[in-house]
Amino acid sequence: MTTEVLGAPIKRVEDPRFIQGKGRYLDDIKLPSMTHLAILRSPYAHANIKGVDTSAARAMPGVVAVFTGADIPYNPLPMAWPAGGASKLQNNVSTPRVLATDSVKWTGEGVAAVVAETPEQAYDALAAIEVDWEPLPAVVDAEAATKPGAPQLHENAPNNIVFEWTVGDRDGTEKAFAEAEVVVKQRLVNQRLIPNPIETRGDIGSYNPGTDEYTIWSSSQTPHIQRLLLAAFVMGVPEHKIRFISPDVGGAFGSKIFTYADMALTLFASKAIGGRPVKWVESRRENYQSTIHGRDHITYVEVAGKRDGEVTGLRVKTYANLGGRLSTIGPGIPTTLYGRVLSGCYRIPNVFCEVVGVYTNTTFVDAYRGAGRPEATYVVERAMDLFANEIGMDRAAIRRRNFIPPDAFPYDNPSGLLTAVNGAKVYIDSGNYEPALNKALTAVNYYGIEKAKDEARRRGKLLGVGLSTYLEICGVAPSKWIGAVGEGWGAAMWESSNIKVHLTGKVVVTMGTQPQGQGHETTYAQIVAHELGVPMEDIVVQHSDTQGTPFGYGSYGSRTSNVGTTAAIKAAAKIKEKARKFAAHMLEASPDDIEIDGANYRVKGSPDKVKTLQEVAFALDLAFDPPEGMEPYLDETAYHDTPNCTFPFGTHVAIVEIDEETGEVDLVRYVAVDDVGNKINPMIVDGQLHGGIAQGVGQALWEEAVYDNDGQLLSGTMMDYALPRASWLPSFELDQTVTPSPVNPLGVKGVGEAGTIASTAAVANAVIDALAPLGIRHLDMPHTSQKVWRAIQAAKGGQA
Amino acid sequence: MAEHISLVVNGQQRELDVEPRRLLVQVLREDLNLTGTHIGCDTSQCGACTVHVDGQAVKSCAMLAVQADGSAVRTIEGLASDGELHPLQAAFWEKHGLQCGFCTPGMIMAAADLLQRSTEPSDDEIRHAIEGNFCRCTGYHNIVAAIREAAAVMRTAAATPAGGTA
Repeated sequence: MTTEVLGAPIKRVEDPRFIQGKGRYLDDIKLPSMTHLAILRSPYAHANIKGVDTSAARAMPGVVAVFTGADIPYNPLPMAWPAGGASKLQNNVSTPRVLATDSVKWTGEGVAAVVAETPEQAYDALAAIEVDWEPLPAVVDAEAATKPGAPQLHENAPNNIVFEWTVGDRDGTEKAFAEAEVVVKQRLVNQRLIPNPIETRGDIGSYNPGTDEYTIWSSSQTPHIQRLLLAAFVMGVPEHKIRFISPDVGGAFGSKIFTYADMALTLFASKAIGGRPVKWVESRRENYQSTIHGRDHITYVEVAGKRDGEVTGLRVKTYANLGGRLSTIGPGIPTTLYGRVLSGCYRIPNVFCEVVGVYTNTTFVDAYRGAGRPEATYVVERAMDLFANEIGMDRAAIRRRNFIPPDAFPYDNPSGLLTAVNGAKVYIDSGNYEPALNKALTAVNYYGIEKAKDEARRRGKLLGVGLSTYLEICGVAPSKWIGAVGEGWGAAMWESSNIKVHLTGKVVVTMGTQPQGQGHETTYAQIVAHELGVPMEDIVVQHSDTQGTPFGYGSYGSRTSNVGTTAAIKAAAKIKEKARKFAAHMLEASPDDIEIDGANYRVKGSPDKVKTLQEVAFALDLAFDPPEGMEPYLDETAYHDTPNCTFPFGTHVAIVEIDEETGEVDLVRYVAVDDVGNKINPMIVDGQLHGGIAQGVGQALWEEAVYDNDGQLLSGTMMDYALPRASWLPSFELDQTVTPSPVNPLGVKGVGEAGTIASTAAVANAVIDALAPLGIRHLDMPHTSQKVWRAIQAAKGGQA
Repeated sequence: MAEHISLVVNGQQRELDVEPRRLLVQVLREDLNLTGTHIGCDTSQCGACTVHVDGQAVKSCAMLAVQADGSAVRTIEGLASDGELHPLQAAFWEKHGLQCGFCTPGMIMAAADLLQRSTEPSDDEIRHAIEGNFCRCTGYHNIVAAIREAAAVMRTAAATPAGGTA
């Protein structure tokens, strides 16, 4: 009856509320007697705080309270992923305080806060706070920050170095380079990005003096983790005294995974003013200054290989800019999620990667869609093009030459990239890379592209085609691997699900995961409908509230479809087993004789002896007559730790045309052939790919968070940061291959980040291909018309 | 110092006293509880607050409430009629034209403005018509598809005599 729901492009059950303006996002929530909080942020990127005078602000109309860092007894925010690994733990962590006390390390760090009756009154009062600043020299470039004479941010971090981390086989790689026929080198800048969910962040903190309990509503991807971190690490409040609720979340892309100072600040303020709720809604300007940024790597890549196209070594040194203080898992992104996946889908026998994590006077950097893997993909995919260019080989051919072959799975990189220091490892479990490459090449008539280039040239356009044969590691992650002590993120990463079949046969599924637009309420319902044989409309999926959902690690790392859904399937299996036993009791049969067909529990060989799940639920939930030892209710919880990550892959091809006169890059076609395994809801999968591709294209062509040398964020508003608009993008052409993942019962892999991981390199490679006839070998992103025009002029020997 | 204004909001007459510095979007959200109109930026770039004022799409963060005095305002909450979704709402649902949903009300209102002016817009026209509205989730692909679909549905409806069944 219901088997067709799994894998079907079912319209989302979330959508009716959103298309009618009935979503409930953080700023839509109003509580009785609610006050409003505004945060005074540092105008300097680096300064000492000599004093803060709040007396005038306290006297302003409507002001309820004013706080500075000295008022708040909480600990600094936690940093959970030390990424020590081979270079050992380093005792130089500096994380933000709820409000800064002695110094500020980036423009936008919070210094004081006003609570007032209205938001306008709170903002008016901010202007009356006097801070006695002692400005200090600033540094914003990660490589420059490590050089002698650079401004020093933290006493415990000489040369601004957070860590020096290595992975891979140093000696083997040196030998490979010594013996190489060809070595290609390039400096690559992976520029800083701002995540830009259209809903900014925000919190409502509410303290109940009667029960000594705290409730926070916050636009977050990780309610359970935030409750834990706020309780145990920041506030020193018992975990069970905090309830954390994420309402509808208006996009996140990683930026809402983390612990932010404002969370603790609103809770502190509510308690300080006697329990009135305190609301803080981030302005876009604040979002740009003080919610995490992404990427920001300076990388030196070297490729060793043979003239026949075999790549024999990859050596990478990366300066990873982590900002003025560390975000929750900042160090984990350019280490485990970057260095460990550098070789992509290629069988490169020798890989060595060194990462220097660096403090600078900028906003902290953490996981932004793809998180480490787009940076790694950009490195290896640019490297492949540079190497092909050097030896005069076709760029598709060189990829084919170096692919991990289909018979090599499960594949364990010989340099030990995927092995944590404690020996726990993940394997690239499956893959077959050539079919996706072939499909994509055929779709764009790759081998006829020279003709297209000639035709474009006659129109004054430079046409280029770019490939990205990406490999993603997602569905994170086996707890033993991701949690490796001292190196990992210090916790597990399983997921949880509870399923209750209520008396009327209606099903409530509660999850530890937390959506931000991915359609979990639909996809989980599809899965549970399939497992239990009940109609989707009889199922509701709940999440978001630590009160009433099992502990879960939340949604990021494309993990929900691998780890979360498997937890739900396990919980459904437990429901079915209990229902089988009770149906046997009702039918006076042995449980072994009950066969399950959808929602029907039937005695084998006696088709008329049958109970539906609804009948079983009614009888067992009432439990007037359970068998000896059986507890009432169909109510089961399951936890699932994934045995491995998942490994989506594919080939993306971009075709650009560059106007030779203006340097404007036009993305004219985009073809993506992705293998994300089986699909729970192909419509949602395609939507995730579209959005991911657009974000990656944005990085390749337009987006960049720009600081001046004093640490002022020049791209500080949506007028200055070039977020892609509809008219800048084409529609995307999607195709697929399907290699089911062996890791989970559905054979799914995860798709939230694949598009972003693949597309940046495809578009960047296309731009460089278009410019290659002018002798241009590399340009750093974003490929804005100004930058491309200058490169064209310089190449032509003109004035630029 | 509050000013008195009269608005017709989603067909209902509303009398309000508002501070002159308050924006239309603030009055809609905070005074009238029409929270479907969203705020996504502080520079009138994102379009999440798009509503119709006297039939035209307006970014309600770029208009003072007192400037709207005497106007008819339509928000996302007033787009469906008699319990029937507007063809754009239905098409956004059908074509997966939304993910997180935050830009969606503004996007639909901007698209509704387009479809009043152009019954058979090309993809280029659609993309230009919504370039004042940011979406970070969809890459705009399915939004364009949804608007194209809604235009087709509306053309069919317009070509069908009242009471027809086509």
